[in-house]
Amino acid sequence: MPLKCGLCDKQAILKRPKTGDALCKECFFLAFEEEVHQTITDANLFIKGETVAIGASGGKDSTVLAYVMKALNERYAYNLNLVLLSVDEGITGYRDDSLESVKRNEIQYCLPLKIVSYELYGWTMDAIVKQIGLKNNCTFCGVFRRQALDRGALMLKVDKIVTGHNADDIAETVIMNVLRGDIGRLRRCTAITTGTDGALPRCKPFKYTYEKEIVMYAYFKKLDYFSTECIYSPNAYRGFARAYIKDLEKIRPSAIIDIIHSGESLSVKKEVKMPVQGVCVRCGYISSNTVCKACVLLEGLNKGRPRLGIGKTHKERLKMAEDLNEKGDSSINSQNFFENGQLDSFSEQSSQSGLSCCRSTTAGCSCQTSEICNDTAGIHSSVDQQKINSLAIDF
Amino acid sequence: MSIPITLEFSGGAELLFDRQKRHDINLPKQEYPWRIQELLPWIRDNILKERPELFLQGNTVRPGILVLVNDTDWELMGELEYNLQPNDRIIFISTLHGG
Ligand SMILES: [Zn+2]
Ligand SMILES: [Zn+2]
Ligand SMILES: [Zn+2]
Repeated sequence: MPLKCGLCDKQAILKRPKTGDALCKECFFLAFEEEVHQTITDANLFIKGETVAIGASGGKDSTVLAYVMKALNERYAYNLNLVLLSVDEGITGYRDDSLESVKRNEIQYCLPLKIVSYELYGWTMDAIVKQIGLKNNCTFCGVFRRQALDRGALMLKVDKIVTGHNADDIAETVIMNVLRGDIGRLRRCTAITTGTDGALPRCKPFKYTYEKEIVMYAYFKKLDYFSTECIYSPNAYRGFARAYIKDLEKIRPSAIIDIIHSGESLSVKKEVKMPVQGVCVRCGYISSNTVCKACVLLEGLNKGRPRLGIGKTHKERLKMAEDLNEKGDSSINSQNFFENGQLDSFSEQSSQSGLSCCRSTTAGCSCQTSEICNDTAGIHSSVDQQKINSLAIDF
Repeated sequence: MSIPITLEFSGGAELLFDRQKRHDINLPKQEYPWRIQELLPWIRDNILKERPELFLQGNTVRPGILVLVNDTDWELMGELEYNLQPNDRIIFISTLHGG
C-alpha cells in the first residue's frame, strides 16, 4: 500500500525522480513551484517591471510553465508583465488543434496571447512538406519556429522570452552535441539564459525540472494541454537521444541532472577555435555564418532547390555567399523576405563589405562533420554590426 | 469471477489505442492474482492497435511512460508486482510526445 508523505501525514502520490522522496499532492505542488522559484532567483532571471513572453506551444511543458510563471509572479511579486507567444507553423490538424489549447490557456490564465504565423516567410509547413516531402521537414520546422518566436517577441517589444525546455530536454541536447562533436553548441546548451549578447535573451526556468514531474504536475492540477505527434514525423535523431536518456533515468534517475552538470562543468581549451557569432547579412538575425540557416532554407524553397541548407551545406552556402557578393547588395534580397514580416526595424540593412570564409582565410575549419559545418563553421562576414538591429539566438 | 478495471491512456499514449482514452475492461478469472506484470501483455494482445514497441520495452512499459495506480505513482505501489483489485483505475501517460 502507498507510503506516507515524507513531509506531512497525508498519503504520498509521487516518488520524485531527483530525490527519491515520496510526497503527497500538496507537498509536491509546493516543492515543484519552490524549486522553479529557486532556479529563477539563483540565476537572477528577471528584473522587476520586465515584459516576458512565454513561448507557448499548447504542449505540456509550456502549459505548465505558463501556469507556474503566473503563480510565482503573484506569490513572489516578480512584477512581470507576462504574455503568451505562439507560432503557427501552418500544419493542418496539428497546429490548429494545439493553438486551440493555447487559446484556452489565454482565458484560463488571463494572459494576453499573440500568435505569429509562418506566413511571415511566405510558406506554411504544409506547403513546405508538399515541396520537400516528409524527410528533413523538421529542419525547416525547427529553424523557422525559433526565428518566428523571436520576431513575434520583437513585435510585442518584450524584454525576454521564457521557454518550457526541461531537464530531460537539456540532457538530451548535451548528448546530441557530444555525439555530433559540436563544441560550440555543447558549451552553450546548458546555459540557463542565452542570447544576452544580442537583443532578446531566452531563459529556461525549467532547466532543472524533470519531465516526469512536469507531466505529473499537469495531471494532478488538471491542466489542459495538447499532446500528439507532429504529423510530419518527429526528429529521428533527437528521438534516439530521448530514448537513451529515458533508459538511463530508469536505471538511475539522477543521471539527467548529472548529465546537465557535466555539460555545465565543461571547459574548452583556449586554443580551440570557436565559431564567431555575427549576424545574417540578409535578415539581421544572429548567425555564425554570413547567411543564417533560415535564409538558406528559404532561398532553397523559393528557388525550387529545397535541399539547400540540409546536410552538407558548406558548398551551397559558399555559393550563395558568392552570389551575394556579386550582387554587392544584400538588401535586394531582404526586400521580399520582410514584405510579409512587417518589421520596420529590419528595413535598414547592412552595408555589407565583402565576405570571407574561414576556410579560405585560415588554415583550417574547426568543424569535423557536415552537421557541424551547418552552423558553427563556414563563412564569417565582416558586417558592420552596429548598423543591424540584431536578434538573439540560442541553440 | 472476472476483475473489472479501468484503463486510461493519455499524453499521446492514446494514439496507440485508436485515440480512445478510456477502456473499461474485464480481466478473466485466473488462479493467481492479476499483477501489472500480467496486465501489460494482456493490453498488448487485446487492445493495443499499433506499434507495441512504443508502449512496451522488454516486460515493462517503455521508459518515459508514467503509470498511476488509482492516482498514485506506480513507483510507490510496487510497479510490476502490484496486485490488481476490482475497480482499480490504471493510467498510462506518455511524456514522449511534444513539449
Ligand atoms: Zn505532504
Ligand atoms: Zn516537425
Ligand atoms: Zn537570415
